[in-house]
Amino acid sequence: MNASSLRRIGQMLLIPILAVFTALVVGALVMWIFGDDPLAAYRGLINGAFGSPRAWSTTIRKMTPLILTGLSVAVAFKAGLFNIGASGQFIIGTVCSVAVGINFAGLPVFIHLPLAMLAGVAGGMLWGFIPGVLKVFTGAHEVIVTIMLNYVASLFAGWTVYAGGTQGQTPGPLWDTAAGPISRTPEVFESARIPWIFGDPYRIHWGVVLALAVALLMWWIIFKTTLGFATRTVGANNKAARYAGINVKWITILTMMIAGGLAGLAGAIETLGLNHRFAPEFTGGVGFDGITVALLGQTNPLGVVLSAFLLGALDAGGARMQFDSGVAADIIQVIQALVLAFVAAPMIIRQLYRLRKPSDQIESTVFSSGWGR
Amino acid sequence: MSNQGANELNTSATPVLEVRNVTKIFPGVVANEDVSLSLHQGEILALLGENGAGKSTLMNIIFGLYHPTHGEILVNGQPVVMKTPRDAIKLGIGMVHQHFQLVPVMTVTDNIMLGDESVKAGMLDRRAVAARIRELSQRYALEVNPDAVIEDLPVGVRQRVEILKALYRNARILILDEPTAVLTPQEIEGLFDVMETLRRQGESIIFITHKLKEVLRIADRIMVLRGGRVVGEADPKRATQQQLASMMVGREVILTVDKGPAQPKEVVLNVQELKATNDLGEPALRGVSFQVRAGEIVGVAGVQGNGQTELVEVITGLRKADAGRIQISGADMTNASPRRITHDGKSSHVPEDRHAYGMVDSYSIADNLVLNQYYLPPFAKAATIQQRAIAEHAKALVEKFDVRTPSIYTHGGSLSGGNQQKMVVAREFSRPIQLLIAAQPTRGIDVGSIEFIHNQIVAKRDEGVAVLLVSAELDEIMALSDRIAVMYKGEIIDIVDRADATREGLGLLMAGVKHEPAQ
Repeated sequence: MNASSLRRIGQMLLIPILAVFTALVVGALVMWIFGDDPLAAYRGLINGAFGSPRAWSTTIRKMTPLILTGLSVAVAFKAGLFNIGASGQFIIGTVCSVAVGINFAGLPVFIHLPLAMLAGVAGGMLWGFIPGVLKVFTGAHEVIVTIMLNYVASLFAGWTVYAGGTQGQTPGPLWDTAAGPISRTPEVFESARIPWIFGDPYRIHWGVVLALAVALLMWWIIFKTTLGFATRTVGANNKAARYAGINVKWITILTMMIAGGLAGLAGAIETLGLNHRFAPEFTGGVGFDGITVALLGQTNPLGVVLSAFLLGALDAGGARMQFDSGVAADIIQVIQALVLAFVAAPMIIRQLYRLRKPSDQIESTVFSSGWGR
Repeated sequence: MSNQGANELNTSATPVLEVRNVTKIFPGVVANEDVSLSLHQGEILALLGENGAGKSTLMNIIFGLYHPTHGEILVNGQPVVMKTPRDAIKLGIGMVHQHFQLVPVMTVTDNIMLGDESVKAGMLDRRAVAARIRELSQRYALEVNPDAVIEDLPVGVRQRVEILKALYRNARILILDEPTAVLTPQEIEGLFDVMETLRRQGESIIFITHKLKEVLRIADRIMVLRGGRVVGEADPKRATQQQLASMMVGREVILTVDKGPAQPKEVVLNVQELKATNDLGEPALRGVSFQVRAGEIVGVAGVQGNGQTELVEVITGLRKADAGRIQISGADMTNASPRRITHDGKSSHVPEDRHAYGMVDSYSIADNLVLNQYYLPPFAKAATIQQRAIAEHAKALVEKFDVRTPSIYTHGGSLSGGNQQKMVVAREFSRPIQLLIAAQPTRGIDVGSIEFIHNQIVAKRDEGVAVLLVSAELDEIMALSDRIAVMYKGEIIDIVDRADATREGLGLLMAGVKHEPAQ
């Protein structure tokens, strides 16, 4: 049992590790073709991500929201749902937490902060509930609906902080009146901010601990509880789930709500811990990165933590890489895209490294019904 | 051990296909060991064996999907090496898989030319292909409309398309892998006619099956495989079902079910005037009424597609009833959730389609064995899954129901069909129930497992469980039922006592012919 579960873990890690390795090699090739020095670039990248306490703190800071958006996408995959809406859920989570954070002056921290975070989670859950309900009752595919809701979220968020026009158009309800023509919210009250673990210059807040705890919680729910069993069954075989008496409609809606709540929490943490305000440029890029994180992490919550760490490091090291080696930090995007391509199409990796099929049995048929499994 | 004797008898002609001493070793498993066979022109060779006996591996070697570890294959006397199915097709070998390899939304013509397209001036030459298909279907009496779309065709016709696909590629050797598993009795007869025509036209056929009656009916020669080895050959003119079954299983098999008279007690399942529609919204049940009592087996016979599937789905809560009433032990269960019917109604359901409904392929055997009880103690405590209890449960059931598996953590999907069904049966038969609904409980599984499952069903009846058995196999209905209900076009046309039932009478009822005027 122990040896076989170790082998299973090894098999799970094999593809992601080879995917990252291959992406780095191809990335090096790209740099070499354009006359850059890949070795210097990667040295800069590693320095920027791990070379100093400052570098480490940047990596951890970048990792934090990625854990949560990665979990958001991964949890949905477990129920056979593809949540492309982490971006919109993140934005709504941000707006809702800010709305609470800039109001209710005078509340004590232990009420104001949880309230603001819960507002973010609730906003995200609502943004997951909509595609869930539409899927269950009308059959509208969650991929389409979540993509559309991303636009709605981003436009809605933009409207809330709209500075008003020169022709006297009404400004948005969350706009910072002191900001003049700039569209942004005021800073949230001190009482709604997540405290620092390490303050300036490291700027690491307790959100990272919360994110890690949530990852553990999600792992426990998915693999150790009856709810997780039901969710995984719905994802693995919808009909068998119905046969087994599982309420597939409810699980679908609930999973989308949890997924939305996780992305909403990411938005709340990022705002209340780091930015302390919302402006339209703080949009949900990390929501889309959540897809890469989830797939690279093999949709396992603990794998998500590892892959969020890796992507956070890539993000963190990019600036230093550009400074040290003159290679444009955009190459990081290329590498991330390659990682995604290789984990989404594991056959490429299997062919490349002549790996056998991952089954321990002969003649087992692989029925993959969708993404993330 | 091998069939050298047969080879010597037929030395007059070179075999069209010869397998010599083939061994295939997968990591840890010997799937075929020193297997030899020969196939002559115009011959139907039946390859008989239980699931997991190595039939499919052997056929996949002949079709170029696997490569033998040792041994060689000769086509028309020439040793050949096949790297892919493409090589096999070039050598005139065609295979009809059990699960059809057709694109449902495309026409017959498109499916047949797929992968081997005729092109004229850069465009697909559908007309030429269709003409060729018509010519082939005439020569081999394989009636098919080349312009029909696959998804509109019944299963039996789809199979003809698969055969035509092989013939279109000039196959002279046809491998039919469990071709009758998906067919109705009438379609099976149709297939046998086709096979006879093919034989007359000089085609050679390897017919893989585990159905004894079919083998005796159609084959020229029978080879029996067990545990990856050839355990013997038989002549269909002389062999009996009993002998073949014993060769396959390796021990004496009792083909008839041994059961005493039923002792029916109170009504458990009461179905009144039930109406429902099928997936296309057409009426599938037009007012079905019947009762099943504790301690009796009621068999539902009928040609497939007469509402049996929908009936089971409605009773088990998987399909909505439009009208009528279902009671289990007096409690109203019309349109109740599957969980309520299972839990409160104390019922079990062996579903007709085990892959779709009965199991999760990617789950371990242990998890599959608690698929509909995972939330109950001892498998869950305070909403937490208890792995140890699930494992102990699985170990006990695997042992008791003889599920052959390397481990309880093996994926359900990697078991053989018979063992998958035993797994489903183990789950459904191992909890206290008052109602058992078994739909096609032995479809596509081997003799040894059928015997086992039949005995289990009778044992449940004798414990006082009410059993509703739905089966397309008339033999199964006749062997197990105490009363037989025949469905025709969404209605129960008649219910007869087993003692009064004859094969002919049931056959007429299945065709919708009833002597007394219907009320």
